Amino acid sequence: MSRLAQGGLIDRTRQLPFTFDGETLLGLAGDTLASALLANGRHLVGRSFKYHRPRGIMTAGSEEPNALVTITRGNHAIPNLRATTQELYRALDARSQNRFPSLDFDLLAVNDLLSPFFGAGFYYKTFMWPRSFWDRVYEPVIRRAAGLGELGTEPDDRLHDKGFAHCDLLVIGAGPAGLIAALAAGRAGLDVILADEDFLFGGRLNAERIHLDDQPGNEWAAGVVTELRQMDNVRLMGRTTVTGTYDGGIYGAVQRVADHLPAVPGNVPEQIFWRINARHSILATGAIEQPIIFPGNDRPGVMMAGAVRSYLNRFAVAAGRSVAIFSNNDTGHRTAADLQAAGVEVAAVIDTRPDAIPQGDYPLLSGAQVIGTRGRLRLREISVQTASGRRKLRADCLAVAGVWAPALHLSCHLGARPVWRDDINAFVPADGAVPGMRAAGAVAGHQTTRDTLKSGLAAARAVIAEHGRKAARIRLPHCSDGPTEGAPFWHVTKGKGRAWVDFQNDVTAKDIAQAHRENFRASEHLKRYTTLGMAPDQGKTANMAALALMAELQRRSIPEVGTTTFRPPYVPVSMAALGAHGAGKGFAPERLMPSDALARKHGAEFVELGLWQRPAWYPRPGETTWRESCDREACMVRETVGICDMTTLGKIDVQGRNAAEFLDRIYVNTMSKLAVGRTRYGVMLREDGFVMDDGTVARLGKRHFLLTSTTGAHDQVWRHLTFCAQVLWPDLDVQLCDVTEAWAQFAIAGPKARALLQRLTRADISNDAMPFMSWREVKLGKVFARLFRISYSGELGFELAVPAQYGPSLAEALEECARAKGGDWFGLEALNVLRLEKGFLTHAEIDGRVTLDDLGMARLMAGKDCIGKVMADRPALRAPDRMQLVGLKPAGASKLLLGGAHLFTPGDPVDREHDQGVITSQCFSPHLGHPIALALLRGGRGRIGQQILMHDHLRGVETLCEVCAPVFLDPEGGRMRG
Amino acid sequence: MKLDCPLCGARDIREFHYQGAASLADRPDPDAPEAQQVFLDYVYMRDNPAGENRELWFHAHGCGAWLVATRNVTTHEFLSVRLAAAREAAP
Repeated sequence: MSRLAQGGLIDRTRQLPFTFDGETLLGLAGDTLASALLANGRHLVGRSFKYHRPRGIMTAGSEEPNALVTITRGNHAIPNLRATTQELYRALDARSQNRFPSLDFDLLAVNDLLSPFFGAGFYYKTFMWPRSFWDRVYEPVIRRAAGLGELGTEPDDRLHDKGFAHCDLLVIGAGPAGLIAALAAGRAGLDVILADEDFLFGGRLNAERIHLDDQPGNEWAAGVVTELRQMDNVRLMGRTTVTGTYDGGIYGAVQRVADHLPAVPGNVPEQIFWRINARHSILATGAIEQPIIFPGNDRPGVMMAGAVRSYLNRFAVAAGRSVAIFSNNDTGHRTAADLQAAGVEVAAVIDTRPDAIPQGDYPLLSGAQVIGTRGRLRLREISVQTASGRRKLRADCLAVAGVWAPALHLSCHLGARPVWRDDINAFVPADGAVPGMRAAGAVAGHQTTRDTLKSGLAAARAVIAEHGRKAARIRLPHCSDGPTEGAPFWHVTKGKGRAWVDFQNDVTAKDIAQAHRENFRASEHLKRYTTLGMAPDQGKTANMAALALMAELQRRSIPEVGTTTFRPPYVPVSMAALGAHGAGKGFAPERLMPSDALARKHGAEFVELGLWQRPAWYPRPGETTWRESCDREACMVRETVGICDMTTLGKIDVQGRNAAEFLDRIYVNTMSKLAVGRTRYGVMLREDGFVMDDGTVARLGKRHFLLTSTTGAHDQVWRHLTFCAQVLWPDLDVQLCDVTEAWAQFAIAGPKARALLQRLTRADISNDAMPFMSWREVKLGKVFARLFRISYSGELGFELAVPAQYGPSLAEALEECARAKGGDWFGLEALNVLRLEKGFLTHAEIDGRVTLDDLGMARLMAGKDCIGKVMADRPALRAPDRMQLVGLKPAGASKLLLGGAHLFTPGDPVDREHDQGVITSQCFSPHLGHPIALALLRGGRGRIGQQILMHDHLRGVETLCEVCAPVFLDPEGGRMRG
Repeated sequence: MKLDCPLCGARDIREFHYQGAASLADRPDPDAPEAQQVFLDYVYMRDNPAGENRELWFHAHGCGAWLVATRNVTTHEFLSVRLAAAREAAP
C-alpha cells in the first residue's frame, strides 16, 4: 500500500471496494480512480494507442493522456474515461483498454518492435496501392487495430438531459482566482455561476502545501465555498466542465450528475449538457504542467511533479517508495520538500539549471538531465547525465516538473490567437479574445497564489463596475508561497531511445523531426501529419513541447512557429449528453389530432405529416394489405359516406378594415369580391413568381376572413402573411391570428354526407340553402360550429369545425352517425386516391418550382397586383415547353406507375438529356380499375392523347403511358355540386 | 446568442427565424416602368457587407413580431433592433 498514515482530503472511515481488470481493490471516499489505483501501488493502467506501450498514470486531472479506462455501469460499458477525474464509488468496475489478452502481456505490443516502420505518415505512404484494397483489406484491418476503448452495441437507454442557464457572470474554474472572483461578484449581488470540473472546489489549493493567512489553502477554499453556498444569487456547479465558448456569451458545459454514484436514483440524469448564457465570464482555468521530453519518458512511474504533489497532499498517496525529480524550475524542489515532509524518500532532484541550489536536505544534481529509463512494466532505474558523467539512480517514480502552460483553450474557441510571454515561457489569452471574457489567475500568467487572488479580484471588480454595482471590500490573505524561477528547457537531446511528445497519439520527438524533414513544417501540417495534439488531448500536454521542438528545428522562436487551432470541446463530451432527448420520440415532437385516441382504438396505421400523426388507413379484420383497406375506404366515400379528421389543415383568421384588400394582394385571385357566407379556392405565389400554396378562403364577415393553408406549408404561409402585414404594408389595418389548433375540423364526404349531418343539426343545409362553396354557422347541441361546403374528394362534401376542446366528442358523434349511414372513417391513403382521381393538388405537385400556368390555372390570375405577379410574367416562366401538369394512365402491358419515375418520348434514349418530366403522385384508382398518376411533363398540355414512356431507373420498371387531362373522374363536378 | 425583441426582451436566438436583408421591406412599385428588372434586383440581389448588415428577423416562437436588426456579421453582435412595423425614425 502507498497510502500515507495521515493527511489528505479523503475520508478514512469510508472504505470503498472496487475492481480493476477483475481484481478487487480498496479505496477511500474522496479518491479518484487514479488515486485509489496508486494507493494500491498500481501505476500500469493501459496500453498506448499505436505501439501498445505499457502506460501509467501521468497527471491528476482532465489532461490525462494515458489512464483511459472502460467503466461498466449497469449494462453499459463506457470507454475512454479518465481515471484521474473519475470519482471512486462503491463497487466501481473498471477495465484497462487496448490490450489482449491482458494488460501485463499484450499481443499487439509487437507493434512496438515494428515501430521503425510505423512512424509519422506510415499510413499515408503504405496503404496507397492497390486501390481495390482500400475498402476490403486496409480499412477493416486498420479499424480493428485503431481506437482505444470499445463502445457497447446495445442502445444506450440511460437518462441524459439538456440544461439552460442564464447569469451575469460565469466563473470558469474554482481555484483561488475563481473563488475570490465569485465571492466578490456574489457579495455585490450579481447572478453568478461558478463551474469547476472537479468534485472538490479549490483547484491547486487542495494539492499544494500553501497557507493563506494561518489557514491551509484547502480550508480557506472550503470557507469561501461555505459562504458562496449561502448566497441565493450564486450557483455552484461542481463536476461541471465548461467545454466550449460560442458567439454572444454562450458557453457549453457538461455536468456529470451521477457518474460518481454506484447507481442512478430515480429520474436523475447521468449527465446534463448545459447551454449557459453569460453576459460576462472570468476564465480561471489555471495552467497545465508540461512534460519534459526525454528518452523513455513514457514508462509507468514517470509522472508530472504537480500530479505527484496532488496525490501526496490531497489523496495522501505516495506515488513511489523512492521518488526522483526531474525539473527545470523551482517547483521540483517544492515537490521534494513535500515528499520529505510526508516521509517519502527523495532519490534525487535532477535540475537542468547548472546554478540550481538545494532548498532542503536531498541529493541535488544541478545542470543534469535524465537521458533514459528502465523497467518493464514500471520504472526501476533512471540514467542521468551530469556535468561529470553518467550515472544510474534507482527510483520507482520520476516526477517531472516542467513549465506550467495556461489552460487558455476557451479563450481561443472564437478564433483568437494567444499571445506569447517570454518572461514565463508560455502563451496567455489575448485581451478581448472573447467579448465579455476576462482571464484571471494562472491562465493569465500569474504564478503566486497572492497574484492569482489579486487578478481574480480585479477581474470581478471590473465586471461588477460594468453591471453598475459596487464592489465590497475584500482583504487579500497573506500567502505562504513565493515566486518560482525556471528555465525554458523542453527536451533532452542526449541518450538513446524514443522520447514521447504526445502520449495519447504515440508521437515521438523523432516523428516531429521526420515531419520537418518531409517539409510538414507549419504547425497545422505537423499536427495532421503526425496526429499530434489531436483527439481528446486538444493541446493540453502535447502542444508546447512539440512547438519547442519545431522551433528548434526551424531555428525560430516558439511564437514564430505559432499554435494550432483550439476547438471545442475542451474535454470529450458523450454523444448521449449532447443528444439528450434527441433519440426516438424525443427526436421530434408529435402533434395529435382530436380523433387520435379513437383512431388508435380502431387500430389505424399512422403516418407522420408535418409532425402530425395522421391515420393512413383503418385495417379491418380479414384485410391483409394496406391497399385492401385503402380501396374499401375510397369506394365507401364514393358510395355512401366517409369521415376524416382534417384538423391538421392550417387555419388563419384575418380581420380588419383592410382585410379584403390585404388578401387581394396575397392571392392571385380576387378575394374582396367574395360574398359573406361564401368560400373560394385561392392560390398564393412567392415574390419570385412561383406557387407557394393553395387553400380556401371563407368570408366570415365584411372585415373577417378565415383561410386554410396546406398542413406541411403552414409555417411558411404564416410567416409570409405576417411578413406582408408587418413589413410590407404596416399601413393596412389587418390583424392575423393562427387558429390552426383552436379548431377541430372534420371532412364529411360522400352521397350521404348531408343525411349524416342532418342527424347532428336541425339547420337547413339543403343545396338551396347551402350551395357548393358556401359556409354557415350551425348549432350542435349548445356548441356553435362552422360548416363549410367544400370538397377535397369530388363528392358531396362538408367540413365541420368546432372549438378544439369539443373535437374528441364530435369525432365520436360523427363516427356513430357515419356508421348508421353505412360509412366510417377513411385515412390519408384513401384521401390521396380521392383527390388524385379529381386532379386536386398537394405539395407533391406544388414543389416550389411550378408556376400557376404550369398547373393549368393561369386563368385564376386577376388583373390586380399581388405578390409574385410581376416576376411570374418573366418570359422563361411563360415558355410553352415548361413542365406542365397532366394526368397519366397505363397504355401497355405494364400497368405499374411509380412516383418519382421519369418520363421519356418513346424511342428516345432514357438519359438525362432526353428527360421529359416526372411523376409527382400516383395511386391505384378502384373506380377506374387501374393506376393513375399526376405528372409534370414538358409541354404536357399539348401532348394530351399522345404516348409517353415512364422509365424508373432505380426500380428498373418501364411503363408505356397515355397522357390525359389531370382529372380522371367527374370532370364536370356534378357529384360535389349535387 | 440572444436577440433583444422590443416586445419580449432578450430571448434565445433559436426563437427567431432569420429572413435576410432588410432591403426586402422595400417592395418596388409593380406599376413602375421596367418593373420586372427592379423586381429582379429586389428578389435576388443582396449586398454582402463584412460588417454592419440590416436584417429581418421573425420572432417565430415568441410574439410573432417582425424585427429589423442591425448586426455586425463579422462579430455577430446586434447593434440595434426595432419592430419592422414601426415607421423608421427620421434621420
